[in-house]
Amino acid sequence: MSEDLYQEIILDHYKNPRGKKVEIDSLAQSYQVNPTCGDEVTVEVGQNPDGTLLVSYDGQGCSISQASASVMSELINGKTPAEAAPIQKAFMELMKSKGQLEPDEEVLEDAIAFAGVSKYPARIKCALISWMALADAQIKAQLTAATTQRNG
Amino acid sequence: MFDVNKLRADFPILSREVRGVPLVYLDSGATSQKPTQVLDAERHFYETSNAAVHRGAHALAEEATDAYEAARQTIASFVGAKIEEIVFTKNATEGINLVAYAFSNATDKARQGIEVDRRFVVGPGDSIVVTEMEHHANLIPWQELCAKTGATLKWFGLTEEGRLDIQPGVIDSTTKFVSVVHQSNLLGTINPVKEIMDMAHAVGALGMVDLCQSVPHMPVNVHELGADFASWSGHKMLGPTGIGILWGKSDLLNAMPPFLSGGSMIEMVHMDHSTYAPAPQRFEAGVPMAAQAIGLARACDYLSELGMDNVFLHEQELTAYALEELAKIPGVRVIGPTDMRDRGSAVSFVVDGIHPHDVGHLMDAKGVAVRVGHHCCWPTCRRFDVPATTRITTYIYNDKSDIDQAVAGIKSAQEFFGSGIAVSA
Ligand SMILES: Cc1ncc(COP(=O)(O)O)c(C=O)c1O
Repeated sequence: MSEDLYQEIILDHYKNPRGKKVEIDSLAQSYQVNPTCGDEVTVEVGQNPDGTLLVSYDGQGCSISQASASVMSELINGKTPAEAAPIQKAFMELMKSKGQLEPDEEVLEDAIAFAGVSKYPARIKCALISWMALADAQIKAQLTAATTQRNG
Repeated sequence: MFDVNKLRADFPILSREVRGVPLVYLDSGATSQKPTQVLDAERHFYETSNAAVHRGAHALAEEATDAYEAARQTIASFVGAKIEEIVFTKNATEGINLVAYAFSNATDKARQGIEVDRRFVVGPGDSIVVTEMEHHANLIPWQELCAKTGATLKWFGLTEEGRLDIQPGVIDSTTKFVSVVHQSNLLGTINPVKEIMDMAHAVGALGMVDLCQSVPHMPVNVHELGADFASWSGHKMLGPTGIGILWGKSDLLNAMPPFLSGGSMIEMVHMDHSTYAPAPQRFEAGVPMAAQAIGLARACDYLSELGMDNVFLHEQELTAYALEELAKIPGVRVIGPTDMRDRGSAVSFVVDGIHPHDVGHLMDAKGVAVRVGHHCCWPTCRRFDVPATTRITTYIYNDKSDIDQAVAGIKSAQEFFGSGIAVSA
């Protein structure tokens, strides 16, 4: 019943969040809130000298929102914007799938654990909030795949 | 006292399953379920007398208008009001906005030099008073009014226990309007609204009470509240969605500029100006929600047959039981009064180490429907330093076994997340 929602990976990231409140030289940040339940998250992005992304987050909320932020930071940190883009896209698609999509572990790694969340409309926003903040911060910092391509 | 098991048969939805287990509905504070009597009343109207009310002279139009006005009388009697004091709205939110807009519309007109009733004119130097336990529906309209007019918003704070901290000086000579919730939908607190309305009147201000969580659950006579206006929703008291009530004193309603304007609310229309019908028609622009009014009147009759004293006693007993059982679970903290003095049936709580969303989800997995979140009382949550709560709300069709199911759900959440789990902040 709840097992399809609360995967071991999710509980692990919830109890032992990775990349939370790490000090980074940030170029931009985005604060997002889920007005129906009060979950809050702030995501900061910066750039390493080699052009890869630096991601840090802080926030409070339910296990799904907190675990998702932790998984996101682990997945995206150290990737170039061009490498991050397909992961971000795949996660968004998974969340829209209503449980109908077999997630690609090659791309999503730990984030496949959120497949079950897409079956619970009330929880999708919880899983997405940090990813939305990341996308917004990337736009503000001009660190999206599109801007990098144009610049390069 | 009524027989819960017997009346549950009037609510077909209560016998369904959710997620493969029987439904335990503990979210009536958000919206109540509807008995077949209410649904039948609506269906009967549509099948036999449907027509646009207050329009046309054919037989159906007359019947529909009679049924609509008879519904208004039933609802008025249910709360001790006069028929002309009852305005149909879409919901409580609209009723509160209607009054807030009376102020801003009157203030706008006064600025243009148009003659208006000065009691509805506010500006810089004036204040509006609310409380820290208001539903957003009774907070944001007043924030907006202040933003539009330059008036200042003030509020009574809350004690640790979740009661109003009624300090002198909040209501003062600058106060033009005071609006207070009768029973908090988050804390369950029943407020001394008469005392507060008397304070408002003592400084020449007008006052309003939000009756959303009181009219469905206890006997209420609007004339005994000491207020000038009151608003509540039909859908929380066994009635349909899409209908609410604004109660107001007639002399005030008739002194207010209209809110929505258009058909039905006029007296005389010319190309460049119009005059308006007396209340309540003045505030019922457009073809109204006749079937919903008839459904709500049937809901009032249903409750009257049970007796509102009995409804109140039944829920007091359930709430006392819920508080007792929650107190036995280590790591569970009730937000709001933990004793039964001046307390209604909304019981909010937090569970150590488990976010309310997760608690609610795991209760839902056992079929227990509760509300999680800030319950449209975000500042109240902030006051108690919680991001959200899980909330149990009962009604006539709940009994102790439902509370037991809720308790079992909470315990299962604690087991699932492992009690005392460390979550780094
Ligand atoms: C105390 C209180 N006030 C106002 C409202 C708003 O009611 P509605 O959404 O039906 O307009 C509610 C409903 O949740 C409430 O509980």
